[in-house]
Amino acid sequence: MGESSKIFLWMGKRKVDIMYDVIIIGAGISGCACARELSRYRLSICVLEREEDVCCGTSKANSAIVHAGFDAENGSLMAKLNVEGNQKMEQLSKELDFPFQRNGSLVVCLDEEQAPDLQALYQRGIRNGVEGLKIIDRTELVKLEPNISEHAVKALYAPSGGIVCPFGMTFAFAENAAANGVKFQFETKVTAVGKQEDFWMVKTSQGEFQARYVVNAAGVYADEIHNMVSADKLHITPRKGEYCLMDHSAKGFVNHTVFQLPGKYGKGVLVAPTVHGNILVGPTAVDIEDKEGVSTTQAGLEELLDKASATVKNLPVRQIITSFAGLRAHEDGHEFCIGQVEGAEGFIDCAGIESPGLTAAPAIGRMVADIIRELACPQENSNFVGTRKGILDPRSLEHEKRAELIREHPAYGAIVCRCEMITQGEIEDAISRPLGAKSLDGVKRRTRAGMGRCQAGFCSPKTMEILAEKRGLTPSQITKCGGNSHLIAGTNKDRI
Amino acid sequence: METRELICIGCPLGCALKVEIDQGKPVNITGNTCKRGEDYARKEVVNPTRIVTSTVAVEGGSQRTVSVKTREDIPKEKIFEVIKALKGVSVQAPVHIGDVVVCNAADTGVDVVATRNVI
Amino acid sequence: MIKYDIVIVGGGPAGLSAALSAKENGAESILVLERDKELGGILNQCIHNGFGLHTFQEELTGPEYAARFIEKLKEAQIAYKLDTMVISISSDKVVTAMNGKDGILTIQAKAVILAMGCRERSRGALNIPGYRPAGVYSAGTAQRLVNIEGLLPGREAVILGSGDIGLIMARRLTLEGAKVKVVVELLPYSGGLKRNIVQCLDDFNIPLKLSHTVVDIDGKDRVKGVTIAQVDQDRKPIPGTEQYYACDTLLLSCGLIPENELSQELGVAIHPATSGPRVDESFQTSVEGVFACGNVLHVHDLVDFVSKEAKAAGRHAALFVRDGAGRKKCREVPILAENGVRYTVPCSIHPEQMEDAQTVRFRVGDVYRNCFICVYLDENCISRKKRLVAVPGEMEEVILQKKDLQAVLGLSQITVRIEEA
Repeated sequence: MGESSKIFLWMGKRKVDIMYDVIIIGAGISGCACARELSRYRLSICVLEREEDVCCGTSKANSAIVHAGFDAENGSLMAKLNVEGNQKMEQLSKELDFPFQRNGSLVVCLDEEQAPDLQALYQRGIRNGVEGLKIIDRTELVKLEPNISEHAVKALYAPSGGIVCPFGMTFAFAENAAANGVKFQFETKVTAVGKQEDFWMVKTSQGEFQARYVVNAAGVYADEIHNMVSADKLHITPRKGEYCLMDHSAKGFVNHTVFQLPGKYGKGVLVAPTVHGNILVGPTAVDIEDKEGVSTTQAGLEELLDKASATVKNLPVRQIITSFAGLRAHEDGHEFCIGQVEGAEGFIDCAGIESPGLTAAPAIGRMVADIIRELACPQENSNFVGTRKGILDPRSLEHEKRAELIREHPAYGAIVCRCEMITQGEIEDAISRPLGAKSLDGVKRRTRAGMGRCQAGFCSPKTMEILAEKRGLTPSQITKCGGNSHLIAGTNKDRI
Repeated sequence: METRELICIGCPLGCALKVEIDQGKPVNITGNTCKRGEDYARKEVVNPTRIVTSTVAVEGGSQRTVSVKTREDIPKEKIFEVIKALKGVSVQAPVHIGDVVVCNAADTGVDVVATRNVI
Repeated sequence: MIKYDIVIVGGGPAGLSAALSAKENGAESILVLERDKELGGILNQCIHNGFGLHTFQEELTGPEYAARFIEKLKEAQIAYKLDTMVISISSDKVVTAMNGKDGILTIQAKAVILAMGCRERSRGALNIPGYRPAGVYSAGTAQRLVNIEGLLPGREAVILGSGDIGLIMARRLTLEGAKVKVVVELLPYSGGLKRNIVQCLDDFNIPLKLSHTVVDIDGKDRVKGVTIAQVDQDRKPIPGTEQYYACDTLLLSCGLIPENELSQELGVAIHPATSGPRVDESFQTSVEGVFACGNVLHVHDLVDFVSKEAKAAGRHAALFVRDGAGRKKCREVPILAENGVRYTVPCSIHPEQMEDAQTVRFRVGDVYRNCFICVYLDENCISRKKRLVAVPGEMEEVILQKKDLQAVLGLSQITVRIEEA
C-alpha cells in the first residue's frame, strides 16, 4: 500500500479520480485528528470537506474547553476518550504548536441542598480516572474567583480542566497531516457512498473518489453518511448552542472555566476565559432540524446572560463583541459512535462527536487510526514528522528578536488588525502556508485578524487587499467564508 | 396658496420652516431663526441646488479612485445626470486637488474637480 | 531612545490641529504618529462636502479639509511617521511604536497628546440576532470601500442607525447605483444632522423609520434580507410589527466609541458617559503630561469642533512642555453634569489657571424643547440660556468666564443642567 496503490481508473469516457487507501469525510477536529494519526502510516489519504476550509462546522463554534472528564457516564467511550484526550493535550499542544492552557475548571453549586449532586459528580470523576479533583468551600472558591455569585456555596475543582483554541488545534492537526502527505479536497460535498467489489465509491459534488477505507467524520451530517451504507440507522440531532464573547479588556473576570451544577435552574451555562484572554459565555441547548441553522436569537442571548448571572456577578456585558451559534452533533444515545460499521467492511464511523469531542479528539484520532491499522496492516511512514510550527506570533518574541524579525520581514512591522495587533506578516503567512486561508474568515480563524472589538470594521478592506494579491483574486471574488459569501457586489456606477 | 414644510440645513439647528407659495413664488417664510433660513427656504422652493460628490477611477496612482465634487452647486434635479457624466471617466495620476475631471458636467456649466491628491 | 517634546498619537483632524497649535505656541520638537498610510485620518474617506464652514468659512470635502492641515503641517516642518502603530505608552511618557521601516521605536516624550479617534459599534456589540453572512458592514467600512477603493459592497441595502455616517452612506450608495430601501433608527429621533436627513434621505426618497430596529438577519452565505420591527418605549421590539426587507447588505451606523485601549493601559481615567479620558480645562488627562482631544476624548458631530478643541489641547501641551512638568498646585473644581446633561468636557477646571474664557462642551441625553441650559457656581445660577430645542445628536456648549469663577470664594463645584420652562 502507499503511493504505489494510487491508480487512475477510466470508466467509459469518464475519468474517475484517484484510488486512495483512506478517505476521511469531514475536515473538522475529528477528521483532522484522524488524518494526522493515519499519516503515521504509509497510506494514501484524502480528506473530503464540503466547506472551503477546515474547521467550518461544529469545530469552529463551541466552548473551546478541554474537559477534565467528570461529566461523562462511567464506563462510556466518552469518558475514556475524554480523559485520554485531556492527558495528551499538553504534549500535543507543544508538538503541534497550538494554544492550550490548563486553567482548571469549577462546577459551582448554588444551593446547599444540591451538595449531594456535587458529591456524585466528584465520585463519577474519580471513577473516570480524573486526577486532582476536590470539593472546595465558598471561602476557597471566592479566593479562586472573586466574581463568583453570592449564592455559590461550594464547587468541584478540577485542576486538569483546560482551555484550547479550537481553530488553532484543528489547523494544527490538518497542517501536520498535510505535511505528512494527506490530501485535502475542499468544497467537495459527499452525495453517495457505496461498496463496489473491494473498495468504496464516494460520489461528490466534485467527482468520484475511491478508497479501501472510509472514515465518516461528518459531524452533524454523520448520520446521513452512515445511513448511506448501513440499514442500522443512525440519527443525529443538531443541537444549537448560542454563545457570546467578550473583549479581552474583560480579561481576568474569571480565570477558571466556571460551570454551573445542573439543578433546579436547568443546565446553566459556562463562563470561561479563552486562551486569547476573552471571556466566553454559553451555550444554550436547543434541538433543531436545520443542519446549517447557526442563527442566533434574541431569546437565546437573553437566556445566556440570565443564566450566567446565576454563577457570576457583575458580568461585563458592555464588553460583548460578538455572539454566535454552533451545532452539536447529538446522537440519540448520547455516546461517541466510533468503529467499523457492521455489514460495511472498511467503513468506519466517527460519529456522534459532541462535547467532550474537542478534548477527546487526540484520542479519537488514535482510536480510528488503530482500527484502520488493524484492518490494513500498513507500514509505518518513516518520513512522518510529528511536529508543526504555527503562524509566528511576533508578540511572543522579545523586543530585540521582534525588531530583528521586522528588519528581515517588514511585513511584521505593519499592523493590519489594530484591535488584536495582527501584522501583515502573520496574515500573509496564514494565506501562503499549506492549506492556507482563502477567505476573510479563513484569515480570521488562523490569525485573529478581525476577531477583536471592532469585528473587522477597520481591517477587512486591508485583509481583502492582501487576499486578492496573494491569491490572485479580483475584489469581487473574495468571500467571507467561501461559497456565495461574496463581500463585494461590483464597482461604483457599474450599473448606472 | 400652497404651503411647503422644509427643514433648514443652514446649520445644525435644523429649523422647521414653513413657506407659503403663491404661483411658484415664496411669499411668506416662518420658523427660521436667522436670515440664512429665509434664504435657504427661498432658494429651496425656487431653485434647489446641491453639491454633488463622488469618485472617478485613477490610472497609475497610489489608489484606485479619486474623490471629486462639482465645483459649485448644481440644480438638484441634475444630480443623477452629473453622476452619469462621471461613469466610465478615468484620469491619469498624478491628480491634484482642484484639477478638472469633467468640464461642464451634464451641461450644468459647472466643472467636476478632484478633491484629493493622488500621486 | 529617540526624544521629542510632544508625541501626538494619531494624524487625523485632531492630531494635525494639535500639532500645528503646539508648534505655534512654541513647541519645537513634535512628532505625529499615524497608523494609516497617509495623514488625515477618517477625513480621507469622508468625500462629501460640509466640512470647514467654521474653520475656513467655506464648504469643503473631507479630503480637502485634511489637505489644508497637512499642507500647513509640512510647511511648519513638523515630523510625522506613517504606517506607524503605537503599541504602548508608559506613564513616564515613553511611547513604543512600530512600523515596517523603523521596526520598533521607543520615544521619550515630555508630553503626549492622545488623538486616536474612535471606532464604530459593531454588530456583536449591538447583539443583533440572526445568521452571520457576508454583507453586514459598519457604515464606515462601506464608506472606505466605496470612496477609497471604488467598490460597491452590495446592490440593495438596509441601514440600521441614522447617525451621520449612515445617512451619508445612504446617499453615496444611491449615487453609485445601489438601492437603499430604508434607514431604521432605534430611537424616536435621528442622531444625525438635519442637513443630512434632508440631503441624504429626503432628496432620494429614502424612508426613515424611527423607533424601529433590526430583529433578524437572514441568509447563510450572503445577506438575503433583514426583519425589522417597531420598538416600544424601552426599545424592545413589539411582536407583530415585524416587516421583512429583501436586501443583500445591512449597514450599521449605531454610534461611535472612542478608542481608548492605549489610554486605559496607560492608566488614564475614563469617563463612563463618554468612554473618553476625563480631562481638565487644559485637556490634560488624569496622567500628568498626557492630553487628549478629538473623537478619542468624546465623539464630535463636526470636524470643525475637533480642530478647535485640538488646537486648545496642542496649546496647553506646548505650555506644559515650556513650563516644565509639575502643574501649579491650585484648586481643581469639578464640573457636574446633571438633569439631562450627560457629560461635560472638560469635567473639571482650575479657576486660577484657566484662560479668561473656557468653552465647556456637552451633550444632552434626550430631546428637550423650550428648555434652559443653566450653569451654577455652587448654588448660584450664573447663566440661564433658552434653547428652542436641544438634541443628543448635536453637541452643546457653554462658556465659563474666569472672572465669574474667581468671584466665588471657595468655589466647590460647577453644575451644568437642563431646566425645562
